[in-house]
Amino acid sequence: MKKRIMSGLLALALVAAACGDDTEDTEAGGDGASCDGLPTKVEGTLTVATGEPVFPPWMIDDEPSNEQGFESALVYALADELGVDEVTWVRTGFDEAITVGEKDYDFNIQQYSITAEREEVVDFADGYYQVEQAIIGAADSPAASAGSLADLKDLRLGAAIGTTSLDYIETQIEPSTEAAVYDDNAAAKAAFDAGQVDGIVLDLPTAYFVTAVEIPDASIIGVLPRIDGTPEELGMLFEDGSPLVPCVNDALAALRDAGTIDALEDEWLNQGGSIPSLSN
Amino acid sequence: MIPEQPPATTPRRFGFGDQEGARSALIASVSTLVFVLVAGLLIVNSPSWPKVRQQFFSREDFVASWPDVLGGFWVNVQLFFWAMVTIPVVALVVAIMRSLRGPGFFPFRALAVIYTDLFRGVPLFLLIVLLGFGVPTLQIAGLPRSATFWALVALTLSYSAYTAEIYRSGIDAVPESQRASARALGLTQTQALRYAILPQAVRNVVPALMNTVVSLQKDVALVSVVGIREAVREAEIYTSRTFNYTSYVVATVLFLAVSVPLTRLVDWYTARDRTLRSQALT
Repeated sequence: MKKRIMSGLLALALVAAACGDDTEDTEAGGDGASCDGLPTKVEGTLTVATGEPVFPPWMIDDEPSNEQGFESALVYALADELGVDEVTWVRTGFDEAITVGEKDYDFNIQQYSITAEREEVVDFADGYYQVEQAIIGAADSPAASAGSLADLKDLRLGAAIGTTSLDYIETQIEPSTEAAVYDDNAAAKAAFDAGQVDGIVLDLPTAYFVTAVEIPDASIIGVLPRIDGTPEELGMLFEDGSPLVPCVNDALAALRDAGTIDALEDEWLNQGGSIPSLSN
Repeated sequence: MIPEQPPATTPRRFGFGDQEGARSALIASVSTLVFVLVAGLLIVNSPSWPKVRQQFFSREDFVASWPDVLGGFWVNVQLFFWAMVTIPVVALVVAIMRSLRGPGFFPFRALAVIYTDLFRGVPLFLLIVLLGFGVPTLQIAGLPRSATFWALVALTLSYSAYTAEIYRSGIDAVPESQRASARALGLTQTQALRYAILPQAVRNVVPALMNTVVSLQKDVALVSVVGIREAVREAEIYTSRTFNYTSYVVATVLFLAVSVPLTRLVDWYTARDRTLRSQALT
């Protein structure tokens, strides 16, 4: 009986090994990037992924297809520029987007910051927005009078996971109490209401929205200085080696030259008036 | 007729002699080896293996994420430890309340039933959010606002409800005659519970309790929802920064490093307990 199992196992092993060796070359021959017949996943359609849910001012009413909000409006402007009539939206979590391998959409847009580490796994198009980090806190808290990064050191700070805001706290502010990390800005807000954090670091456009709508008790204490003076760019995320990237880069450059992107920024992102900047 | 002698040694579970045992062991190791080899070859030869290895099993990322994940794991261990102190106590109180006899104890029994129904029914995740964010937002003077404190309370409420039911099944499994005998010997209800019922009840449910302990060890990771940076959250932070999943493997290794010895320890303890008891009977 045992012998039979053994020989069965061996047979299986041989078959499996044979299959394993039979590595077919599935790599598609990467032909030169031609943007005439746009290499989208579905012909004539731009399949765009975003988060679930999506937040203002990037998208409005959790509805990417209404052309409202900076990222939604930008995607439709981009589709026009690329000569694509139709945009199909799909929703992904943060994690689904960052794995290696083929993706079933053309690109993902949900305020991904472009970093060298991430670029080893996926591709980014050129940045579509230079983002600043800001800190919000209660107007009557010690945080409110902060004038420099050093003044923030003793605060209990929080940020959402996956954001460069968190990296900013850890590498630039280096607070004495380890920063709390939340699933999203909604949870950070709950912790703020619960008195568990004094300040939340997030990107400036989101900070405008959060202080205006979600936590009216909080205000933007200040815009945080750039790291080494280098601006942080948000980029559309593509699967590694996507032939679409150069086409999108051309289109983005055209939109920027035409002033379209500036106009969209003014319309959706620069609504907050002047905010003090903190020094290093 | 000469009465049959009991065998000098108890028969071994596998095989009937040393030779047979050695043969079984050989076959077992060879088939295990073949299985592992085949599985390994299958994985390593798949076209995307280099990518997968880079993303999940990268040496540099393992080293780079280790300190943070280990630091987070210390938070898990501490929470786990305190939960292991609070849960058995609360659970035992609830289980005893539920096993009290007599009409006078009805309110206690009802309370215990409501407690178990409620806290077993509410998902632990929600409990952690409700207590961790909700209670401190009420700003009641004197109540702690620490997310960690409330996360521990949530873990205790949920797990003690499960554990109370395990205790109760243990208590119910003790034959009624034990209680009756204890009472007949003049023990009060409390004494009967303390000296006759509970020692047998708890011993019966040790394997089930350990199941809960291992499960608790993993569920501690849920506390990250209120901002606590435990091991899985630290791994997640690393992944979101680098888009590399090796940090999760680090967390997995740490969890296994605790749960596997724990399980073996309990297996050993239960086996020893069984042997001791069967010896006591003969």
